[in-house]
Amino acid sequence: MKKPIAGGTNGAVVVALPHPGTRRARGLTRFLESERLLASLLLAPTVVLLGTFIAYPFVSGVWLSLSDTSVGNVGHFVGLKNFAKAWDDSIFQQAFRNTFFYTFWATIFKLALGMWLALLLNRSFRGKRLVRASMLLPFIIPTVLSTFAWRWMFDPTFSVLNWLLFRTGFIVNKIPFLSDGVYGMWCAIVVNTWRGMPFFAITLLAGLQTINPDLHEAASLDGANGWQRFWHVTWPLLKPVTLVVVVFSIIQTFSDFQLIYVLTGGGPANATHLLATYAYQVGVATGLLGEGAAISLFMLPVLFVVVWVQLRYLRRLEGA
Amino acid sequence: MAQVLLKDLNKKYDEVHAVKDVNLHIRDKEFIVLVGPSGCGKSTTLRMVAGLEEITAGEIAIGDRVVNDLPPKDRDIAMVFQNYALYPHMTVYDNMAFGLKMRKFPKAEIQKRVQDAAEILGIQDLLKRKPRQLSGGQRQRVAVGRAIVRHPQVFLFDEPLSNLDAKLRVQMRVELKRLHDRLETTAIYVTHDQVEAMTLGDRVVVMKDGWIQQVGEPLELYTKPSNRFVAGFIGSPAMNFVDVGIQGSDSSLTAQGTGIRLAIPPVNASQLGPYKGQRVTLGIRPEDLHIAAGGDQAGYVFDAVVDVVEPLGSEILLDVKAGPNSLVARVEPTVRLKVHDGVRLAVNPDRLHFFDMTSEKAI
Ligand SMILES: Nc1ncnc2c1ncn2[C@@H]1O[C@H](COP(=O)(O)OP(=O)(O)O)[C@@H](O)[C@H]1O
Ligand SMILES: [Mg+2]
Repeated sequence: MKKPIAGGTNGAVVVALPHPGTRRARGLTRFLESERLLASLLLAPTVVLLGTFIAYPFVSGVWLSLSDTSVGNVGHFVGLKNFAKAWDDSIFQQAFRNTFFYTFWATIFKLALGMWLALLLNRSFRGKRLVRASMLLPFIIPTVLSTFAWRWMFDPTFSVLNWLLFRTGFIVNKIPFLSDGVYGMWCAIVVNTWRGMPFFAITLLAGLQTINPDLHEAASLDGANGWQRFWHVTWPLLKPVTLVVVVFSIIQTFSDFQLIYVLTGGGPANATHLLATYAYQVGVATGLLGEGAAISLFMLPVLFVVVWVQLRYLRRLEGA
Repeated sequence: MAQVLLKDLNKKYDEVHAVKDVNLHIRDKEFIVLVGPSGCGKSTTLRMVAGLEEITAGEIAIGDRVVNDLPPKDRDIAMVFQNYALYPHMTVYDNMAFGLKMRKFPKAEIQKRVQDAAEILGIQDLLKRKPRQLSGGQRQRVAVGRAIVRHPQVFLFDEPLSNLDAKLRVQMRVELKRLHDRLETTAIYVTHDQVEAMTLGDRVVVMKDGWIQQVGEPLELYTKPSNRFVAGFIGSPAMNFVDVGIQGSDSSLTAQGTGIRLAIPPVNASQLGPYKGQRVTLGIRPEDLHIAAGGDQAGYVFDAVVDVVEPLGSEILLDVKAGPNSLVARVEPTVRLKVHDGVRLAVNPDRLHFFDMTSEKAI
C-alpha cells in the first residue's frame, strides 16, 4: 500500500517547525503590536524631557515660594508667608496693577494696529512682498537691542523725539519720557506695541488670506460698505485666529521682563515694575529667592484663567 | 426689471485684453446666456455689469441709468456665485436676510421676503442651519434665495451649476428656468456648457477670446451659425467639418474633398458660386447624416468605413472614415453595423453649412 502523499503534509510540518531565533522575533513582534506598550515606549522620551525641563523647574519654583530660601541659605518651609508678605507690599501692589495696565493697553494697541496693518497688506500693491517682509523687522531684532535704541530715543538729555517735537513746535517743555512713572509706563507700552505688532499683523494676515474674496464681493453686492463688510464678514471669520494671537500676546506681555529691564529697570522709584521685573529684583538682585518666587507665582492664576477661557471658546467654536 | 445695455465694452488687465468691443442689448425680462470656452471673457463681462470689475472702456446701462461709476450695491442687481459664496458663520436665514438688513428693511418685511423665497425654493426647513450643514444642491438654493429676496432689477449668475453633479445640474436647470418664468426678472447667465446655454437662454451670446461671435435664439445658433466656431461649439456631438474644393459649372457645383464628393444643393449654389475653384470648409451635423436608402439622391451620398460604434440606447453614434476625414453620424438605434463595415451615408441637402477658409465666416 502506498503511503498517503506526504509531500504536502511534510511541507506543512516543516513550515510549522520552529526556526531557531523565530521565538524571540515573535516576542518582539507581539510586543510591538501591543498598542499600549508601544505607545508608552514612544512617549517615554517626551515624558522624560517634559519632566526634566518643565515639571522640575516648576515644582522647584513652587517649593521655593513656600520656603524662606535666600542666596546662601537653604530654606525651610514657611507656608504662604511669602505670598502674604508680597500682598501687603506696596511696590508689589504697584507692580501688580502695572502688569494689568501694561498688558491691557499693549494688547489693545497691538490688536488694533496689527489688524489695520494686516488689512492694508492684504490688498495687492506694488512691492507687497518687500513690505510684508520688512514688517517683521521689529520682531526679529533682539528685544534688548531694539529696546536700547528706544531708550536712547527717550533719553532725558539726548532724546531725538523731544528734539523733533520741540523743533516742530509741538511742545515747549521737554517731555520727561522715562523720568516720570506715568510717562515711563506709556513708553514701555509704546515699545511693546512696536515690537509685538508684526506678530499680530502677520498672523492676522494669514487669517485674512483664508477668507474667500467672493464673500466680500457678495457682501458688497448685498449693500455692505467697507466697515460693514469688516464687521459682518471679516471679523467673525477672523475671530478664532484673533483669539489665539491675543491669548499668546497676553501671556507674553503679562510675563514681560526684558523690555522693562532694559528700558526703565522698573524705575523711576519702582513705578514701572512688572511682576516679572519685581520678582527678579527681589529674588535675584536682592537674593530673597523664596519671596521672588512667590511674586512671580502670582502670574500663574491669571494666565491660567486666560488659557482656560481660550480653550473653552475654541471648543465651543468647534462644537458649533 | 430692466433692460441692460453694453456699449463698446472693453476690459484690459495688464497683459490680457479680456473683453473686446462687446455690444449687447439685453431686453427687459430676458434670460440671456453668455457661453464660450473657459477664458473667453464671460465672467469678466458679468463682473463688469455687477461692478466688481472696473470698466476699461465703454458703457454699461441698467434701466435708464449709466452705471459705470456706481458701486455694486447701488446697481440694484443680485449675483449668484459659482462657489455660492455663502457667509459660513451665518445661518441660512441670516444669509438670505443680510442684503435686506444692510438696506435697512423693516424686520417684518425681511421675514416675509425670506419666508417667501424659502418657500419658492423649498428650503423652509433649512433656515436655521449653517451653510456647511447643507448639501451642494441646498447651498445652491440658498445662494439663489439670497439673490431673489432682494427683488433686484437684474440677476447675474456665474456658472452657478458647475459645482453640482450631473443629475442635480439638470434638475436645478429646470428649476432656474421655472423661477425665471415666475419672477420675470432680467437675468444674465454665464456658463461654458452649451447644453445649459441652449436650454436656459431666451437668447444666447457665444463668446471667444473676448469677442462676441454671435447673438441669437438657441435654434438660430444651431441652424444658422454665423461662423465655424459657433457651428462647432453649439450642438453635441459637434458638427463635422470637411475640407473641400468647389468645382463644376454654375448650374451643377460639387464639393470635392478627399474620399468624399457631394453635390451642392441649389439653396447654397448662389452664395458658393464665387468660390468656384477655391477651398471651403463643409459642415455637416451628425444628425444630418443617415444611412443611405433608395430615396436619397445620388449626389448626396458617399461611402465610408465604420471606425467606432457608440450605442447610446436612443440612438447610435457612428464614427466613420471617409478617406482621411473622420465624421460622426447619428443613426437609428436599430442599425446593425460593426467596426470596419462599409457604409453608405447620405446627407440632408437642406442642412449643409459652408465656411470661408480664411475668415471662417458662414457662406
Ligand atoms: N484679475 C485678473 N487679472 C488678470 N487677468 C485676468 C483676471 N481675471 C481674468 N483674467 C483673464 O481674462 C480672461 C477672461 O477671463 P474670464 O472672464 O474669467 O473667463 P471666463 O470666460 O472663463 O469666465 C482670461 O484670459 C483670464 O486669464
Ligand atoms: Mg468664468
